[in-house]
Amino acid sequence: MDKKGAPKSIKLPEAIKVFRNLTNAKRFAIDIGGSLTKIAYYSTLSYRRANYYLDKEVSSSSDDHVYEVSETARLHFVKFETKYIEQCLDFIKSNLVGSRESMAGKIIKATGGGAFKHANLIQEKLGLKVEKEDEMSCLIKGCNFLLKNISDEAFTYHRHANPEYEFQLADPNIFPYMLVNIGSGVSILKVESEDKYERIGGTATGGGTFWGLGSLLTNAKGFDELLDLAEVGDHRNTDLLVGDIYGGDYRSLGLDSDLIASSFGKICDASRSGKKMSYKEADLARSLLFTISNDIGQIASLYAMSHNLNKVYFGGYFLRNHPLSMHTVSYSINYWSKGTVQSLFLRHEGYLGAIGAFLKGAEMCGENYSWQENYAGSSGLEPVPSSWLNSTVPVAQLELDRWGSPLAYCPLLAGTDYIPDTVDLNADHQARDYWLDCFEESIDKFVCAAIASQADNETAAERASQFKEKYIRRLHQFRKQPFSYGNLTVRSLLDTIQHYMREFDFPDPYISIKQSENEAALSQLAERISHIDSLSWEAKQTELAIGMLAGNLFDWGAKAVVQIMELEQFGLTEARRRIPKRPWVEDGLDAWIERLKGPPHKQAAIFVDNSGVDIILGILPFTRELLSRGTKVMLCANSAPALNDVTHKELEVILHQAGMICPKIKEALEAGNLVAMETAQAGPCLDLSRLDSGLAKALQNVDLIVIEGMGRTVHTNYNAKFKCESLKAAVIKNQWLAKRLGGDMFAVVWKYENPS
Amino acid sequence: MAPRSCKVCVRLRMASGSIPNGRSMSESSDYPCMPWFGMDIGGTLTKLVYFEPKDITPDEENEEVEVLKNIRRYLTKNSAYGKTGHRDIHLQMDDIEIGGRKGSVHFIRFPTCEMPNFLALAKRQGMASLITTVCATGGGAYKFEETFAREVNMKLAKFDELDSLIRGMLFVEMNNPRECYYWKDPTDNEKCRKESYDFSAPYPFLIVNIGSGVSVLAVYGPKSYKRISGTSLGGGTFLGLCCLLTGCKTFEEAIELATSGDNTKVDKLVKDIYGGDYARFGLPGELVASSFGQMNSLDKRQNVSREDLARATLVTITNNIGSIARMCALNEKVNRVVFVGNFLRVNPISMKLLAYAMDYWSKGTLKALFLEHEGYFGAVGCLLAFNDDFS
Repeated sequence: MDKKGAPKSIKLPEAIKVFRNLTNAKRFAIDIGGSLTKIAYYSTLSYRRANYYLDKEVSSSSDDHVYEVSETARLHFVKFETKYIEQCLDFIKSNLVGSRESMAGKIIKATGGGAFKHANLIQEKLGLKVEKEDEMSCLIKGCNFLLKNISDEAFTYHRHANPEYEFQLADPNIFPYMLVNIGSGVSILKVESEDKYERIGGTATGGGTFWGLGSLLTNAKGFDELLDLAEVGDHRNTDLLVGDIYGGDYRSLGLDSDLIASSFGKICDASRSGKKMSYKEADLARSLLFTISNDIGQIASLYAMSHNLNKVYFGGYFLRNHPLSMHTVSYSINYWSKGTVQSLFLRHEGYLGAIGAFLKGAEMCGENYSWQENYAGSSGLEPVPSSWLNSTVPVAQLELDRWGSPLAYCPLLAGTDYIPDTVDLNADHQARDYWLDCFEESIDKFVCAAIASQADNETAAERASQFKEKYIRRLHQFRKQPFSYGNLTVRSLLDTIQHYMREFDFPDPYISIKQSENEAALSQLAERISHIDSLSWEAKQTELAIGMLAGNLFDWGAKAVVQIMELEQFGLTEARRRIPKRPWVEDGLDAWIERLKGPPHKQAAIFVDNSGVDIILGILPFTRELLSRGTKVMLCANSAPALNDVTHKELEVILHQAGMICPKIKEALEAGNLVAMETAQAGPCLDLSRLDSGLAKALQNVDLIVIEGMGRTVHTNYNAKFKCESLKAAVIKNQWLAKRLGGDMFAVVWKYENPS
Repeated sequence: MAPRSCKVCVRLRMASGSIPNGRSMSESSDYPCMPWFGMDIGGTLTKLVYFEPKDITPDEENEEVEVLKNIRRYLTKNSAYGKTGHRDIHLQMDDIEIGGRKGSVHFIRFPTCEMPNFLALAKRQGMASLITTVCATGGGAYKFEETFAREVNMKLAKFDELDSLIRGMLFVEMNNPRECYYWKDPTDNEKCRKESYDFSAPYPFLIVNIGSGVSVLAVYGPKSYKRISGTSLGGGTFLGLCCLLTGCKTFEEAIELATSGDNTKVDKLVKDIYGGDYARFGLPGELVASSFGQMNSLDKRQNVSREDLARATLVTITNNIGSIARMCALNEKVNRVVFVGNFLRVNPISMKLLAYAMDYWSKGTLKALFLEHEGYFGAVGCLLAFNDDFS
């Protein structure tokens, strides 16, 4: 599929911000609800990616040789109010590359209550044949898809806790669960597997009741205005509380005085006695919101208890991630189930039906792929959509990028409570402020690297400044709403940089730095190996460890290191001098060397970090020692570029070249005792719950896992526990973080753990 | 047992300075002095039950103080008190034995917000000079404790609301053979009728008490029950929303409006969304899919009447209570559900809806039962508890 192309012909990212890549749209689905409409389409997009050559040395800085054009697939979901449906269909019509004729005969999957009503409109505007899909089955298909594929999709909400939002990892074991879909009415579904589900109940008191009664009782125009009113109202002016009846708590029944005894129970007294009404319409809206949310929560918990289900997910258009509603529903479920039922909300609750409808019969979305949210093109959990179509129609978007293989959970992890990230920045305010400042201050370095990587390209500077503006805007959004895209972590901040870099066509900003450093390091490999071989066994093991740590200093993502590398002649020897004296912050070196005196490991998996000195002069000699002990070694590298981290493709080239220098490596490569594997990661951190499924399978026989680097062992996996022996090695290249761990700049982590 | 007179009590009170509480004092001191009341002060309505002794001997009558006579006459000769007090004559129970006396039980109600007027009336009738303690339950027993003491120098003896409810219900049911009934053919206007139900072996059953709010109790035996659920969407919600939507002032008015209204102009039915039944999930087209689901459209809002809105409100609240009651019965593995509370007063629409919903969704396994004295059980229980305290 990859084909060479003239990269200069690649255009700037489209200026329009919504309905992106419409020109390449291949397949459509639509979910038309009474309130909101969601359009789904699939597009392929060309992007440049860095190229690596196995047999040819690359030294040219010309774009043409470094990049190749590749195609990738993306799912787009656009959500807008149903009243704008005509405008949106017109927009699609005028931006589709194909004429109406080329669309003729093709189908559009449609679901939702309005599908029937608007079928003719769609047919007329787009020339697509409307094919109706059952609403409930679409909802469930969409819900399963999100829960399995999207990290941090589901969350619990605690209005008065820190953090307010607690997100859950994507989990392949999602069944059984209960789905409460709050549309105009409420449907309650029990889902036991991909194909087995039933509607176990429902209630007519739903979003339509809130909207309908709200329209009768207030002057609010539309659903969101009603929610805004509810936010400022005081239900105590309209509801009869336990305290109003008892004059205080009703202790024998354990009812608090502020519990609502009768919704709207104060109205009739007021109107009977002809008193001047003491309530405002905002009070009515709040009272109404509580009435409906409490009721739905109570009915949901009754169904969950009677079917022994303890996870309840909410979909539909009512909640809209509105804090007050989520709080009321959660409170109600917790209250009535006495804490046995957990209420879970979905970041993309509104898209379930559209996703499900799209997936029906879409072979390009089968089990052989996995999906990742594109942070650069998706909307966060915002109260009001921040994108506009034709500056009149507010829209929200979700973009999912296709990954070429399915993902799987790392089989070496012990327990089931793995959380990749060490610090949750939603909860840790101090760390959040620090890292948001840190990323904002570092942004110019990334911008410079991006421009330098495409020095000959005339649009590079402009794209880089757009990148900067967007990324900073996102950082500011995180300051206000850290939960916008799920858990805020150092990993998610780093991933977001990569997504924006790719969005603005800087697929691999460090490519030339990586290449020149690889070449330089390779030229020192023979000397390094012979130095190590000259040492006594014990000294050799220590030197291999120190060499690995010194190599890990070469990190273009760390501000402190970049300053040194830019100013001084900086090689392995200089780096060795920066490694602090033992004991280190985490110092398991003695235990590690003691272990090496024992029998060799059968197979080791090493998750590697940076290109250049790190991989070549640090990791390779360490690997070579393991090989000579009779241990098979898998080197696991990123599938896509991130900073100067070595990628899987690069690693293959490096191993080939190292083999020409070191016969032992060549021999191991040929015998299959040394292999390069890809991790399916595209950032400087490591999420072991989402590994390339091929790698996950290969890991099953591994009895030693080595993880290297700050991103992979400190920002993530610091607390991860494994079933086998594990070694985590990193140098902390950040003063603040080093202090937090009880050390100083360049503090060392050498954490060896043996579960047996 | 000889009839006891008030005189005894008065004498004893003078002697001991308190209401007697032990048999040892005197055989005649087992029961409190007249008049006997039980009161249930709810969030919206206050229910007052009055026991009128019919076995008064001439001797006793002679000794009866004037004030007591006046109270008895005032309560039993009228059926309306002030502007808002009512006596439900059709509920009156005769030949009832309580505390060794035979007589009639009268059922009186007035809005709780009229409590100041009620107290003023009690003052005028001289009640305060006669009664030192009134037995009361309901939230108002707590809330108005101070007011009673201040205004009429009466003490409120508070009794547990749910104990009183269950006790009163069992007592009334036992004394009135036609107390418990169900609705046969609830959806068929022609055939639909009330049928007596034999409730002599009642346990276990569920009580759904619909007042301003709703309480759901599971009852396993005369003294064994628990509150398992409840909802704030009750009679107060119905009336409150009706006042807002139609400008009506009273429950009776709201029910009258609802009787001639059509909720299908307000609600969204399954067929409005799917064009017919949603066969895949067994949902009939006529089922309400979304209460008030059509009212977000301005056009539709302009085409509904006050009656339609009142009907929709009634149907919404009733169906919701039905759903919760049904799920509670299922989770408690109980198949008889007794609906009580003043929301059901003059409200056959709701009773029939509940009867139908229980039957339809449970495929005939659940039975909705109703009681003639729907709202008064708490007050009756109180009246009984009042006499208990002296035995």
